Amino acid sequence: MKYLKNVVTLELDEEECTGCRICAEVCPHGVFQLINGKASIQDRDFCMECGACAMNCPFSAISVAAGVGCAYAVIKGKFDKGDVCC
Amino acid sequence: MAGKIPIISTKLSTKDILDSWKVRWGINRMEYKVAPGLYGVGEPGEDSPVLVTANYKMTFDRLRKEISGVNAWVLVINTRGVNVWCSAGKGTFSASEIARMIAVTNLSWVVSHRTLVLPQLSATGVAAHKLLRMSGFRVVYGPVRACDLPDFLNAGMKATPQMRRVNFGFADRLVLIPMELVRVIKPVIAAYLVIFILNLLKIWSVSFSATLPYLGAIIAGCVLTPALLPWIPGRSFAWKGWLLGLIWAVAVILYSSPAMPSGWNKALVYFLILPALSSYLAVNFTGASTFTSLSGVQRELRIMLPAAIISAGLGVVLLVLNQFIL
Repeated sequence: MKYLKNVVTLELDEEECTGCRICAEVCPHGVFQLINGKASIQDRDFCMECGACAMNCPFSAISVAAGVGCAYAVIKGKFDKGDVCC
Repeated sequence: MAGKIPIISTKLSTKDILDSWKVRWGINRMEYKVAPGLYGVGEPGEDSPVLVTANYKMTFDRLRKEISGVNAWVLVINTRGVNVWCSAGKGTFSASEIARMIAVTNLSWVVSHRTLVLPQLSATGVAAHKLLRMSGFRVVYGPVRACDLPDFLNAGMKATPQMRRVNFGFADRLVLIPMELVRVIKPVIAAYLVIFILNLLKIWSVSFSATLPYLGAIIAGCVLTPALLPWIPGRSFAWKGWLLGLIWAVAVILYSSPAMPSGWNKALVYFLILPALSSYLAVNFTGASTFTSLSGVQRELRIMLPAAIISAGLGVVLLVLNQFIL
């Protein structure tokens, strides 16, 4: 299932990528594929911004504004600043 | 050394199964925990794999149930009773917590190798390269689902692409619906109390059947939208819920039209309130889904929240005007 189009903040710097594959391994939606020894983004709209790829990239080649896509938490966060628990 | 480590069963008891049903309905959900520590499954030795998991009891039970016949260690870390994916997102399933539990349990003396199998969905909270520096243990990300662990281990810790994907099928969605209902039970009871008091004081007499359209809109948002999710056109959850609410409103109006006292007024009330209500409830299912991004949810809410508030607000004003003035 795909979510909204052209909304995610995922960015990949192919210059920094060494082709270690960890991003392709941790992504739960198969967003990355290795092409000619470098990671490339297959379909950005499948990304859910969980942040697993950026967290595990040892070369900081990936950036994403990671967060949980939970309306309840977003709405609650607007009213109280504290820790929101789903 | 291994003599002191508890060996756990790979069979779930009737109580385990009953308790997990309760938790699905929100009963004792945040206190459903197991003690963090090192456990054994089967007859583990110094070469056996170490499987790391969260201390939510439903997570722990899923894991042990799926690895019967496997000899392994299970390292349960303290995620405060929250499942793997959510605790990784919150930062409690982290490299530092794993490193701490490795030290607490003296894992380096229990096993001769230096490899940990982590659930893939913990990668949101764990930087594998940092854990290696902190603890000397190398991370191998295992499959998303515990049921794939035996195949993963037999294949020499290799996951197939299918094991790496998160799904969100019909059954996956159905088990989440009770929590959606539990979330609305309190406001619904409060609304009925208000109606009861209004009836009692003879301010406004509302029959139970007059509340059914609203209950229907709640079902459309909390039950039908999650269940039918991929088959409802569009991508936005708010839109999907709004559409089902609109269909419901049309159905209510068509069904009740002959008996309707003040035609278009009442129809307009339904059109303004019912879709807005089910849209709001549907958008809350984004948190339970496995594919919505924060940026996407924020975009949806920027449009949907003001629209729903205005629409439902106008509907309520019209409802009151209908009753007392028009």
